[in-house]
Amino acid sequence: MPPLDDGAPALRLEGVRRNFRSGKRVIAAIDGITASAAHGAVTGLIGPDGAGKTTLMRLIAGLLRADAGKIEALGIDVARDPLAVQARIGYMPQRFGLYEDLSVRQNLDLYADLQGVPADERPARYAELMHMTALGPFAGRRAGRLSGGMKQKLGLACTLVHPPDLLLLDEPTVGVDPVSRRELWQIIDHLTRDAAVTVLFSTAYLDEAERCDAVLLIHEGRLLGAGPPGVFTAELAGRSFFASADVGRRRLQERLARAPDVIDTVIQGSRVRVVTAAPTPPAGAALAADLPGLTFAPTPPRFEDAFVARLRALDPGAPPAAAPAAPSPAAASPAEDVIAVRRLTRRFGDFVAVNDVSFHVARGEIFGLLGANGAGKSTTFRMLCGLLPPSEGSLRVAGFDLRRAAASARERIGYMAQKFSLYGDLSVERNLRFFSSVYRLFGARQRRRIDWAVAEFDLASQMSATARDLPLGFKQRLALACALMHEPDILFLDEPTSGVDPLARRDFWRRINALAESGVTVMVTTHFMEEAEYCDRLAIMAQGRVLTAGAPEAIKAAARTEARPDPTMEDAFIAMIEAAADAPTQALRP
Amino acid sequence: MMASLRRLRGLLRKEFLQIWRDPSSLAIAFLLPAVLLFLFGYGVSLDASNVPLAVVAPHPSALAASFASAFEQSPYFRPQRFLTIQEAERAMANRQVQGVVWLPSDFDRRAASGGNSPIGLFVNGVDTNTARIVEGYVQQVWADWLATQAAEAGRPAPLPIALQPRVRFNPAVKSRDFIVPGLIAMIMTLSGALLTALVIAREWERGTMEALMVTRVTIREILIAKLIPYFVLGMGGMAATVALGVFRFEVPLRGSLWTLTATSSLFMLAALGMGLLISSAARTQFVAAQIAIIATFLPAFILSGFVFDINSMPWPVQIITYAVAARYFVAILQSTFLAGDVWSVILPNAAALIAIAAIFLGASRALARKRLD
Repeated sequence: MPPLDDGAPALRLEGVRRNFRSGKRVIAAIDGITASAAHGAVTGLIGPDGAGKTTLMRLIAGLLRADAGKIEALGIDVARDPLAVQARIGYMPQRFGLYEDLSVRQNLDLYADLQGVPADERPARYAELMHMTALGPFAGRRAGRLSGGMKQKLGLACTLVHPPDLLLLDEPTVGVDPVSRRELWQIIDHLTRDAAVTVLFSTAYLDEAERCDAVLLIHEGRLLGAGPPGVFTAELAGRSFFASADVGRRRLQERLARAPDVIDTVIQGSRVRVVTAAPTPPAGAALAADLPGLTFAPTPPRFEDAFVARLRALDPGAPPAAAPAAPSPAAASPAEDVIAVRRLTRRFGDFVAVNDVSFHVARGEIFGLLGANGAGKSTTFRMLCGLLPPSEGSLRVAGFDLRRAAASARERIGYMAQKFSLYGDLSVERNLRFFSSVYRLFGARQRRRIDWAVAEFDLASQMSATARDLPLGFKQRLALACALMHEPDILFLDEPTSGVDPLARRDFWRRINALAESGVTVMVTTHFMEEAEYCDRLAIMAQGRVLTAGAPEAIKAAARTEARPDPTMEDAFIAMIEAAADAPTQALRP
Repeated sequence: MMASLRRLRGLLRKEFLQIWRDPSSLAIAFLLPAVLLFLFGYGVSLDASNVPLAVVAPHPSALAASFASAFEQSPYFRPQRFLTIQEAERAMANRQVQGVVWLPSDFDRRAASGGNSPIGLFVNGVDTNTARIVEGYVQQVWADWLATQAAEAGRPAPLPIALQPRVRFNPAVKSRDFIVPGLIAMIMTLSGALLTALVIAREWERGTMEALMVTRVTIREILIAKLIPYFVLGMGGMAATVALGVFRFEVPLRGSLWTLTATSSLFMLAALGMGLLISSAARTQFVAAQIAIIATFLPAFILSGFVFDINSMPWPVQIITYAVAARYFVAILQSTFLAGDVWSVILPNAAALIAIAAIFLGASRALARKRLD
């Protein structure tokens, strides 16, 4: 039976504080959070990586002890009686907590044993869970052989095997394909509606805030705001617009970002989304003179707008000055294919990681590979960088055939790996020196490039800090600087903005745009649907195949239906995956 | 209580399924000991055989030739003839020979008169162990040769009467019979500690430990559920290793299987307990393996008294050896294999093993928290 709602919240945090030690430094992972979550509601714990989401989840689950403050879950003091809390909660850690050598059924049996589900109740409960997660046909399959989306659903089923009163889900949707993500949300809706479960859901995807009943927005261990998502967006009523003008969208964004009263600018399709400080669109003679044909259309605010507005309010002294694009000799040359991939296939044993993939990228273009974890993006990337030989197909990068002249091609490539391959124990300056010397830059030329990087990426304030201790956004900038030391024509970015806060992501993309304007060809992988909007063209990948490729606007337009006149990139992605799944059945029809 | 048993049963079933499906723990229990026993069983030997030895006879005579050929017949030596002592010394400096036997010009006369040994022996002292062995073997060759000479001439053996050593417990004086039981103790220390330390670290790495901890399971149930399956597996590995020692290396087993099983069980508990203790500090398999090798394998090799005599260690090091479980197990195994059930040896060492197992298991229980910090 669900507990009676006596008005007390299902979860109460009072001045919770938790520090971690890193060498001699003490880092406040949770820096005094007071908040609550209502019974039977979905509360979203939203914030970028390093905000403290996982720490907070673990504190609530009794896995960590708070240094100060009080946590009450379902009316029980967690610090005093963690076992009593653990008997009534379900907790799914980031990696789902599954035993990969065990079958779906054996995983369920284990958690049923551990949670004390009586044997006679199991058949009914299993049937319900199998129906909910659609895992029934796979009951005998080992968990390790399931797809990412199915693992996530099995992880959820294991935490639900004994119906919990409070369900803690730690980033269940990050890196999972959008179809599975939608199905997970359907399960959560069902749980809160029919079983009155209280759900605490952490995520770095800001668009998921709008699906929650209430949001706890955290940033750097502090609560930045709490309440229904509508409260956040209401503050911004009348302050967001779509701008268009008769200039390139990147120029439009760059110019608008410098206008007074503008808080945020983001490229979305062919237009630029603008958030202003006051409920009027930016105006002024100078602006109109620079941007002929400038028009603004009002648009409803998003949760992300609210987050950015709050972050800007915290740190008003950081207006993003657009980086002047360094002129590159490449800018002058005519449009040509810098990257040409034809029928590329890569097999690992009998597993086909990349299956018959073809695309091409022109000079100065930003090309995106969009897909869930395991879609084949990183494998494609490694082949493009000459780190992995293809099984079949041809690859030309900067005019070199990668099968024959990988080393020559690599000199023209800058590569920024996932998680930024920096030397954590070295200072910022040493990292810059090392990476420039790797690219055979010495003496005056090396000094010039380091000076350029320091000025361009605003690194001067932290030159002697060790890379490990830098904030995530700063690390990202340093990693980009290191990848650009040898002035490459082509830049490969593997999940570059995964988990960084929206300001750091904007800052990063502003630099990437400037590079593309100067003629550098940029290829980027991402599982953030929105990030795909920054690309000139993109390819959507799933299970090693390219489902579709084209400009973001065209891809979205293809998914337009009467019921959905203005589809998002995620809608388009889902439509594409469903179409791919239907295709074989259609082919069989007479 | 019922619920606790059900949780334990669930955990045990999971653990056995994992052992069966993921061959890595089977490899640690069976393959690793077999490989190490083969490697060290053949590689580590305290016997000297085929030792290169220089024999210098500047004044050849029938008697000298007879003595020199005695070395040819010895399985321990590979003699090389030299005419001058200088050449022989040079060969020793270059490590071409381990020792030099020098027959002086009055060899015939002094040998015939018996009495003091007329031969000179120089041994390369860099490797003290081999040096001492060579010294002993040369003396034995000399004594044997004198006795043979006397028998042939029909006169009584010369004085002093050559010692007839009788070696108790290892009549063949094969060092392998003495080494293999020691190796078994050492190898099972590593295997046992790795079994528990690695599987728990693996659960941390894969994030399953975190999920387990938020269920109603207690930390005691988690520890018991690790101990039982890996005890079974470790004892299986132990049995296989003993069988390998007895049948492949032909080491005699004079004690009873019952004593061997009982004492091995105690030792296995101590080794698994060490693994559990390591796992309370190591959250990755890499770190767990590093600690297991440094904290269990190396002390078992060096401080158990199996290779190096504990009595000749300085006293602070001797104190440390009391904490090494392998020390007691080496004593027990050497006794069970070579001498039989010598209770005066087995009982005190078994008591020490019980104490060590209790300390390790108790410490793991005390240090384990149902929390991540």
